Amino acid sequence: MTSRRTLIAATAGLAAAGLLGRPASAQQRFESLFVFIPAGPGGGWDGLGRALEQASRAAGLVGSFQFENVGGAGGMVGLPRFISQRRGRPNALLVGGAVMVGAGITNRTPVSIRDVVPIARMTSEPGIIVVPANSEMRTLTDFTNALKANPGGVAVAGGSAGGIDHIILGLMLKSLGRNAREASYVAFAGGGPAQAAILGAQVKAGISGVSEFAEQVKAGRMRALATTGETRSLDGVPTLKESGIDIVMGNWRGLFGAPGINPAQTRALVDYVTAVHATPAWREIVTTRGWDDAFLVGDAFAQFLTRDHSETEQVLRDIGLAS
Amino acid sequence: MGAIEGLTLGFGHALTLSNLGWALLGCFLGTAIGVLPGIGPALTIALLLPITFSVSATGAFILFCGIFYGAMYGGSTTSILLNTPGESGSIITALEGAKMAKNGRAGPALATSAIGSFIAGTVGTIGIAFLGPIVVELALKLGPAEYFMLMVLCFVTVSAVLGGSALRGLTSLGFGLLLGLVGVDLQTGQPRLTFGVPELLDGVNVVLVAVALFAVGETLYLAWRYIEGPVEVREVGRIMMSKSDWKRSFWPWIRGAGVGFPFGVMPTGGSEMPTMLSYYMERKMVKPEFAREFGTTGAIEGVAGPEAANNAAAAGVLVPMLTLGLPTSATAAIMLSAFQSYGIQPGPMLFTSQADLVWTLIASLFIANVMLVVLNLPLVGLWARILKIPQPQLYAGILVFATIGTYGISNSVIDLVLLYGIGIIAMFMRRFDFPVAPVIIGMILGPMAEQAMRQALTISQGDWTVFVTRPISLVILLIAVTALIGPRLYAAWLRRLA
Repeated sequence: MTSRRTLIAATAGLAAAGLLGRPASAQQRFESLFVFIPAGPGGGWDGLGRALEQASRAAGLVGSFQFENVGGAGGMVGLPRFISQRRGRPNALLVGGAVMVGAGITNRTPVSIRDVVPIARMTSEPGIIVVPANSEMRTLTDFTNALKANPGGVAVAGGSAGGIDHIILGLMLKSLGRNAREASYVAFAGGGPAQAAILGAQVKAGISGVSEFAEQVKAGRMRALATTGETRSLDGVPTLKESGIDIVMGNWRGLFGAPGINPAQTRALVDYVTAVHATPAWREIVTTRGWDDAFLVGDAFAQFLTRDHSETEQVLRDIGLAS
Repeated sequence: MGAIEGLTLGFGHALTLSNLGWALLGCFLGTAIGVLPGIGPALTIALLLPITFSVSATGAFILFCGIFYGAMYGGSTTSILLNTPGESGSIITALEGAKMAKNGRAGPALATSAIGSFIAGTVGTIGIAFLGPIVVELALKLGPAEYFMLMVLCFVTVSAVLGGSALRGLTSLGFGLLLGLVGVDLQTGQPRLTFGVPELLDGVNVVLVAVALFAVGETLYLAWRYIEGPVEVREVGRIMMSKSDWKRSFWPWIRGAGVGFPFGVMPTGGSEMPTMLSYYMERKMVKPEFAREFGTTGAIEGVAGPEAANNAAAAGVLVPMLTLGLPTSATAAIMLSAFQSYGIQPGPMLFTSQADLVWTLIASLFIANVMLVVLNLPLVGLWARILKIPQPQLYAGILVFATIGTYGISNSVIDLVLLYGIGIIAMFMRRFDFPVAPVIIGMILGPMAEQAMRQALTISQGDWTVFVTRPISLVILLIAVTALIGPRLYAAWLRRLA
């Protein structure tokens, strides 16, 4: 209770600071910034975009913000619009992430995430593998043994086919020497129905983002077998990597610039995002929302993106969702 | 904490001036957005999310719940008056409601839907407070196999809206199933019938199709067949419900609430299935002397039942959200993300860790319900007067309204093309006596049934017997078979007696 009150006080304070004027120390980077969100209001990408605004305003980094939300098909409806309407604009940012990589491959759209300029990876959410609380599978080894013996018999629930949850299962099967195509993957339209199927033990296991299942795990209604990050996300739950399965996978979210901007303009966006990342307001938001900071800029981010794209494409091909 | 204690505590917190203010604002906003097709409670709450930075958690959630309940009230108004459903739960209301309005009974139709919404909302909210945790445990026992059977049951009940000619009715249903196929298939991630148009990857919006079929189709048809002559003004008729209206509405309200609440609680329930089932029930259970009003002059039972079912389902949706942290509708998902921006983790522990907030929320649902009926009943007379507008102007207005609302869904020109394309098809359907309601039903049920069936078969590794070996699934199947052949056997038996 207290922490919530202080938090509200803190955010109210930040808002007030934003209203009263810019702190003299901060330097304004952009007069106005256009943020394009290829998803509806209220989702993860929207959350990242609005958090960027909140932190930038508090620090006085940007004069005014303009938002546009065009949702649908894992960002593939919005992406072409951003590319055609914002080409060459130095003050436009697109929010995107791992979901967009996969959606571009499975939907075979003419444009992809490789057509926009990578600026920064901001956050990442590792996946989690759970079983119903009364399941006979107690450890990750039980799960992998069952998968190895008969993948078809282990029904696993998760988000839409070809999404990150499905890819994690595909990678696991591959590392166990089975074919990703053998997976018995049950796709659900959203977190709610998938969680319900696991809680009701309609399926043997489930895969999703850590935050989706964390509360159910803490309440003892689901048992966590492993998480898929570089380091542990939940106390007492091993990562796949430390359990000997070399898979690191997360639902990362990041920012991209418009196509056709020059290196100096790219640099300016990278500097701005780096400045936002350094503000206390940003830290505060990341902690409150329970995000994992996964800040990566410039060439390192570009390399990560290339690797992510080719790995995702490979797995989707194994599953049979890409040609 | 017991339910009574909790409620006492909740009312104590909710009855402060500022919280009452938030509830009133939410109810008002909700009613307004419910009226507009396309702009639903999910979008509105999402747009209001930034206020969570400056308002207390309790205030914000009271506002959100007011919007959520208010939208259910507002949605029925345009369904009845303009044949333009504001959200998917009021599509069925348009079937009888619009016919009642055409025959000078707009007042009673609006009144029965407002009072029915109030009764069902109250029943549903009592359900949240007292039965929530139990019902949700039962709902978890239902898997994809059971859901598929529920949808089979719904398909059986479709016969009630197929109209006179089975061939025409089934053609319409087929058209709806076809529209439902458009988009990325959930189980394989592959696009179907999208013809390379990215806007179609997420499928066709069902509210858009309802507006195109009901509002645009009818307007175009009237424009086509309109004969210049003395301007005909529709009769508004009496505003209040007569004694007979009350009598005819009472049981449909109760039955509707009884069907709606459990469906709302189910993770894949929603408001479409219960409104359909309630409509079918009322059509079958109506007193013989009123049976011919169904589909002709409009039967009040067909408005009272589905409207109550819709509101009770809306209350039901909050049960898995509050007790388990499960978002079962778009609105619930966005409310959960609002919880997170307050640093509150929604989940199975919410009832204990945030008891103050949860019980205040439940208490304010009761308050919102009272406010909404007080807000809406006096408006009935005002709304009904819309029908006094001469037909050409009224229908031009409907067209503008439908266009703006549809563009509001996604700011997409493709949606407008779809709206008028389907509208023109609907115009021809009217001309050649094809019923339009089965299109909507096919479109809603088709994809849900397909996904549930494939999920069930993936889990059973392709074993079809899963639908009859699971007891609940078998029971629902038997009910469906009875609903299908029962009335025919009964009729045959009566004939033999005669």
